[in-house]
Amino acid sequence: MSEGWLYFAIGLTGGILGGMGMGGGTLFIPLITIFMNVEQITAQAVNLIAFVPMALVTLIIHIKNKLVDFNSVWYLLLPSLITTILTSFYAVDLKSEILKKSFGVFLILIAVAMFVSEGFGFFKNKKEKKQLKIPKDIKQ
Amino acid sequence: MKKVYTDYIGKENCCYFPELVKTDRIKNLKKFFQLVFAGLFIGAVNGFFGGGGGMLVVPALTVIIGLEEKKAHATAIAVILPLCLVSGIVYCLKGAFDFKVGGPSSLGIIIGGIAGALLLKNLSNNFLKLIFYGIMFAAGVKMIL
Repeated sequence: MSEGWLYFAIGLTGGILGGMGMGGGTLFIPLITIFMNVEQITAQAVNLIAFVPMALVTLIIHIKNKLVDFNSVWYLLLPSLITTILTSFYAVDLKSEILKKSFGVFLILIAVAMFVSEGFGFFKNKKEKKQLKIPKDIKQ
Repeated sequence: MKKVYTDYIGKENCCYFPELVKTDRIKNLKKFFQLVFAGLFIGAVNGFFGGGGGMLVVPALTVIIGLEEKKAHATAIAVILPLCLVSGIVYCLKGAFDFKVGGPSSLGIIIGGIAGALLLKNLSNNFLKLIFYGIMFAAGVKMIL
């Protein structure tokens, strides 16, 4: 089997998991660096670029279904755009070996955090305990 | 009852309960800063690691704003898509993208992603998730060593 087909197969695996909402990119990058000896920075670039058309399709579907909460998008998006540009430039110039190791640490942290949140409901929506006290005389 | 109350507060009568309006405003300000700091962090992670920001946006949205899971997933894509586009452009400009690797695997990711979203939506099995986290952990250890 030629290398191209192996790349395709790994992409397919990562893509299916990503489509299922399990964070495909976080699996695609280690798979392709461990098994195919691809440079870490290349794997990251491929992951970023491949995500764009796929996300575009799903985003259009989600917008049509009115599932996107645009009120909160901007508060997250604008600050993150600034830092993402800075760290992208920083990562590209970094040694691939260092980048790979820090990605390994990141993976372990994410795996543990997800495991804990699944087990104990850590990240689940907290019910607001402090409800505003409603004065008794406001009743219709 | 709740609706009646908010209607009441929403009108010019709100000055009857200034302390209620004040706590609401402080709450919103707190949420605003939480979102901005979460955004700074998410952007840094997504740019540096070339992905993985989506796994942080979903908990940020559910915890800070209290969005339901499904909406949080959809909104996360709206946040991550421009981030990936921008940092992808930076990576490409610096010559990190390799078409020999990127061509076939992007095709796989796109086809797999659409297939996964369409066909396997109900496969959010807890056992599968456990296996997935296990693989992630193992891969992380392998990358460090």
